[in-house]
Amino acid sequence: MIEIKNLHATVDGKEILKGVDLTIRPGEVHAIMGPNGAGKSTMSYVLAGRDGYEVTQGSVTYYGKDLLAMEPEERAAEGVFLAFQYPVEIPGVGNTTFLKTAINAIRKHRGEKELDAMQFLKLIREKTKALGMSDEMLKRAVNVGFSGGEKKRNETLQMAVLEPKFAILDETDSGLDIDALKIVAEGVNALRSPERSMLVITHYQRLLDYIVPDHVHVLAAGRIVKSGGKELALELEKNGYRDFGASEAA
Amino acid sequence: MSAHTSPLHPMTYSTRGADPATAPAFLAPLDQVGAGLPGSGLSWLTELRTAGRERFAAVGLPTIKNESWRYTNLRDLAKTSFQPAAPAAAVIDLLPTVRAEGQDGPRLVFVDGRFRADLSSVEGLPPGVELLSIAAALNSHADLLADHVGRLAAADDRPLVALNSAYLADGAVLHVPAGVQVERPIELVFVSVGSETQATSCHPRSLLIAEAGSKAVVVEHHVGRGAGTTLANHVTEVFVGEGATLHHYKSQRDGGGAIHLSHIAATVATGGCYDNFILTTGAKLSRNEVVSRLDGTEARTHVSGGYLVRGTQHADTTTVIVHAQPNGTSREVYKGVIDDTARAVFQGKITVCPDAQKTDGYQLNRALLLSDGAEIDSKPELEIHADDVKCSHGCTAGELDDDALFYLRARGIDRDTAQGLLVGAFLSESLEEIAEESIRDAFQGIVAGWLEEQK
Repeated sequence: MIEIKNLHATVDGKEILKGVDLTIRPGEVHAIMGPNGAGKSTMSYVLAGRDGYEVTQGSVTYYGKDLLAMEPEERAAEGVFLAFQYPVEIPGVGNTTFLKTAINAIRKHRGEKELDAMQFLKLIREKTKALGMSDEMLKRAVNVGFSGGEKKRNETLQMAVLEPKFAILDETDSGLDIDALKIVAEGVNALRSPERSMLVITHYQRLLDYIVPDHVHVLAAGRIVKSGGKELALELEKNGYRDFGASEAA
Repeated sequence: MSAHTSPLHPMTYSTRGADPATAPAFLAPLDQVGAGLPGSGLSWLTELRTAGRERFAAVGLPTIKNESWRYTNLRDLAKTSFQPAAPAAAVIDLLPTVRAEGQDGPRLVFVDGRFRADLSSVEGLPPGVELLSIAAALNSHADLLADHVGRLAAADDRPLVALNSAYLADGAVLHVPAGVQVERPIELVFVSVGSETQATSCHPRSLLIAEAGSKAVVVEHHVGRGAGTTLANHVTEVFVGEGATLHHYKSQRDGGGAIHLSHIAATVATGGCYDNFILTTGAKLSRNEVVSRLDGTEARTHVSGGYLVRGTQHADTTTVIVHAQPNGTSREVYKGVIDDTARAVFQGKITVCPDAQKTDGYQLNRALLLSDGAEIDSKPELEIHADDVKCSHGCTAGELDDDALFYLRARGIDRDTAQGLLVGAFLSESLEEIAEESIRDAFQGIVAGWLEEQK
């Protein structure tokens, strides 16, 4: 279970999150919607542990542990996964090397035996096939020269391989056409399980047609101002965020 | 030897800022060892040594007032009393190699500048190829040496070359006759052992000659096996004949007490290719000078490398590429990683002479600074006297990409490993310049070892 309590965070001295409360139980999929500048991406970076995001108040308890005290790599090893809005291109580092290093780092942390080259290849073939990814994408450098859809598929592949307990999907739909969105959503849905929680961050309701959440929250001006079921997303689609004191600028 | 008849232009290099007061301490030991140097009956050699000695006596060590030495200060050398290294009979095991385990091949080993026949092997070379020490060649191949030694490395304007000539006694000689292809890499291993009680010096002189249409791969290893202060002042003269190809790879991973000074001077005849790559990870102070001259038409040269320094290391890379004839191609890709308070210097000059129309020159130096105290001094220089040429150069210095570092860490990869992956990726661009795959792999292994040490 993930419990976020009264979370305040600043970036460059400016307060962005102003007291977020949220509890996510195993197996639940929560969506956070909100206008630009509401603090959605800040929330995802704070949870993943990025430098430069300072928590000034509040706590995040992750399966009984203090998440905010952990380094980013510890969080990942404990099962936190951030699917990036803009996956980073890393020239010179092969996608396969990257995935193998990551999975073995996490297995090591969990006290599991590291995968050898053969075991890794078998696993990766299985997962790429399910996501309709080519072997060629594995041979390239991490995200270099990938289209928007390929990058998001690569994120989904990493998620499938690393099997997190808590996945944060930051604006996964941005930059995707409808076909790519469907493929990525299918990949994500295949990973839904009673043990795995997800936090889907999005500006638009569209994504939630494909990844249907259990709970929807509206984040505005650094706070959760409304929570409800999946029907809340449809309401927002109709009325926009004006009711929540935010401008409609997209 | 007739393949290299093109006129040799003097290299512009000022000795302004030289300091003759530093000379006597370096020359005094010659009074004892001078008479015992090999080849004393050869008049050309006596002249070369005497000229070197006189020149060094007049100018001493270069100082930072000399433009070419602005960023590399030899002040500490002047304060140290060096004695010529005594012949070392030390047992040296685990010699470095690029060969797979169990494979052997031609190899010359030098300990503190002196040839060690017991550790060397010249078996397996094609007929006609000669691989031997300078000391031996002064007896058996005096004419070959007389024709080549001192022709490229000009002592007049380089004090350290003059000092090397004054002490000229040993080093490596490779002679590949016309049309001969040497498949297996030839390894030259220079081990610094030194002494725990006395700073020692040596001045190896080497000669690499690839005659017309020949091909060879030379791999130099420089390693340290002692804790003492050692100074190695290398001069290597390289002759690449018409249509010949010489790959010359060098890994300098001397110990922390080592001072590594090296001057490589190469000439490339028509259609020839001199391919040089230097990987620097060792020594407290190093300077690698490479001067590659395209003296024939349609000649090519690659002058590339990587420097990885940390602690208080200082690594200087100073290259000069001279396009003397038309239709030449030069390519230079250097990448450096600098950590702690280490300092690196990159000076890269491309000169295009008036006759060298249709020259294609490319130069790139990129440095990655891993700490606030790390420093790079970069000085690219293009001197173009022809009007129909294509020359480009780029220099950058930067830090690790925070976004990439966070991305890797967010996938469970710890900071050190993530940094290692990114640094390795950064360096791979220069390592890809190594045409020979087995050697590229071996050098990649050296880089991986360096990154591992960091943890």
